[in-house]
Amino acid sequence: MTTQFFSELTVGEIVTERSFALTRDSLVRYAGASGDFNPIHYSDAVAQSVGLPGVLAHGMLTMGLAVQPVVDWIGDAGFVSDYQVRFTRPVAVDAAVGAVLTVVAKVGAVDDASARIDLTVTFNGATVLGKAQVRVSPTPATAADSPTV
Amino acid sequence: MNPELQGRVFAPTAPYLVGREKVREFARAVFATSPLSFDVQAAQAAGYSDVVAPPTFAVVIQEATLAQLLAEPDAGIDFTRVVHGDQRFTYTRPIVAGDELTATLRVASVKSLGGHSMVTAESTIVDAAGDHVVTAISTLVVRGDE
Repeated sequence: MTTQFFSELTVGEIVTERSFALTRDSLVRYAGASGDFNPIHYSDAVAQSVGLPGVLAHGMLTMGLAVQPVVDWIGDAGFVSDYQVRFTRPVAVDAAVGAVLTVVAKVGAVDDASARIDLTVTFNGATVLGKAQVRVSPTPATAADSPTV
Repeated sequence: MNPELQGRVFAPTAPYLVGREKVREFARAVFATSPLSFDVQAAQAAGYSDVVAPPTFAVVIQEATLAQLLAEPDAGIDFTRVVHGDQRFTYTRPIVAGDELTATLRVASVKSLGGHSMVTAESTIVDAAGDHVVTAISTLVVRGDE
């Protein structure tokens, strides 16, 4: 990745977008991979007992998948130097039809060496993340490549 | 929640060895398609020693520190009332398979807002050499009595 890469970006430009079809299987898979076995992410009975409409996606699953279009666009997860989100609305995953999340990634700010990519993540016509921002910049590939101090 | 938690620093977690298959498993779970997270040769061609973890993988290591916080006897945090408010990862370098990572939790702030409490937990994750890899910051909202 070169500095020219960043200088050619325009604030407001959509750099990538992608939709994700979540099912209950997706949540079970994420529970196992992440170690988050909170039953509100797989049991309707438990979710309803705490006042929820039903099983919800893990917030961290939504955060984890929402950055993937940006990773594919820049080609290297190591170029993501900072990533933050606010969880503003739950994603209820229906047992029969699942849930579709749509991610649109726009340039929020840019300078010679980095860019801030702002994500809009939508479910059922409403955004589910706030202040979802990804800082991308070319970083050293490994610690061993960093200048020694 | 106990306001005196603010500023408290917890003991470092036991070292977590990042496995190659764990990176691949996590990458599949977050719908990653980048070859660098699956294919060792692709990762090495990009300059990494092994497969590269997705940006949110650090939550797996951070989780042990949040468990410390929730289990703290004087914290007064009712797990069933905790909602994840926001999350941030700030990387010095990406996590790769083979890393041995240790996390140290510091309670950055405790605030009350209306009937709710908000605790910001900052977990600093370093490698076996003690060099910084990523800082994971979570704000947890603890709902008050209705």
